[in-house]
Amino acid sequence: MKIAVLSGKGGTGKTLLALNLASVADKASYLDCDVEEPNGHLFLKPKIQFVEPVEVKMPRINEEKCTGCRKCIDFCRFNALAYVNHSIKVFEDVCHSCGGCTLVCPENAITERNKTIGKIEKGLSENVKVSTGILNIGEASGVPIVKQLIESEASNDELVIIDAPPGSACIVMESIKDADYCVLVAEPTIFGTQNLSMVHELVELFKIPFGVVLNKCLNHDNPAENYCNDHKISIIGKIDYSQELAALSSRGELVSRTNTHYQTLFKTILNRIVEEVAYETTSRT
Amino acid sequence: MKILIPVDEQIKDTDVCMSFGRAPYYLMYNTEDFSYEFIKNTGAASQGGAGIQAAQLVVDSQAEVLLTPRCGKNAADIILGAGMKVYKTLNPSVQYNIKEFLEGRLNPLTEIHPGYHNHGGN
Repeated sequence: MKIAVLSGKGGTGKTLLALNLASVADKASYLDCDVEEPNGHLFLKPKIQFVEPVEVKMPRINEEKCTGCRKCIDFCRFNALAYVNHSIKVFEDVCHSCGGCTLVCPENAITERNKTIGKIEKGLSENVKVSTGILNIGEASGVPIVKQLIESEASNDELVIIDAPPGSACIVMESIKDADYCVLVAEPTIFGTQNLSMVHELVELFKIPFGVVLNKCLNHDNPAENYCNDHKISIIGKIDYSQELAALSSRGELVSRTNTHYQTLFKTILNRIVEEVAYETTSRT
Repeated sequence: MKILIPVDEQIKDTDVCMSFGRAPYYLMYNTEDFSYEFIKNTGAASQGGAGIQAAQLVVDSQAEVLLTPRCGKNAADIILGAGMKVYKTLNPSVQYNIKEFLEGRLNPLTEIHPGYHNHGGN
């Protein structure tokens, strides 16, 4: 079972929830897909067992074979190629590694070479298998890293918790597309509600069953909760605002491992998700 | 000599466009016969790499000089690589900038911005 945790903005508590869901399970795999700033490992402190590079394909031009017909330039919808001074110039930060230019070149003048854009670190932290995607500084897109991270945990037998990057862009779509369930984490502000509506739209588009966890709840009107009620979205958990929780997190503590209150809270949320997934599976078949 | 300027509209007294890569048109002024010609920027609406496509258009136009308020790194690589000269415009007036250039009062464009790629969460 794959559960993705996402939110429209950073700092809502995706990592807090994802880490604690993984740690209260009997056994789980935690995938940190926030490849620009992965931080789950700071809490899980896994013993790194191995590191694998993430590579993408980049076109390599054989200048002797190139006749300057420009078929590759016309084909490239990302505009990653240009013809200057009688040779093809490749803009690697714009290239999406689709390989189309190698196919359309009538002279077979374009081959592909590997370029490393980041890495995946794999390790163990008690009951949690930890995989961290890390994008090299200066690289334009972490999508290939997320793809490789999710493929590396393709088995459906175990519980996989996906900690998605913030927002609703391509890299988030790549993180959630194979998920059985999405948990949207929301803050009790109007801004937080606006961001919730963005990811809500996204999961509706992907037709993935989902529920909301309201984080940082206070004793007053919660616009995110109102949004859920208005849209008949199931609220699968609430985490109260707590300075103690913030202090523990700032020290890199995984609260469900050290505090029984939070252990019970996250266990309840996890059980609720498992029930919802079971319900979705039976109601679909 | 042919001078190229990114412009907003396909009319003679149009303004200089603030964007190089996403300008809808380029005006080409020929100093020999004082003629004007407009080149449509077919890549103005591309999802990404607009500057690269625009720079290709500019290089292919055979103009020798580009007058623009700014230019991104990828486009500059192509334009400067092809041996074109790039000068910074001083205000929105096309006529004024051509005149200033011909009288040697425009400075070469030295600040090349890193591009606005991926802003907006794509």
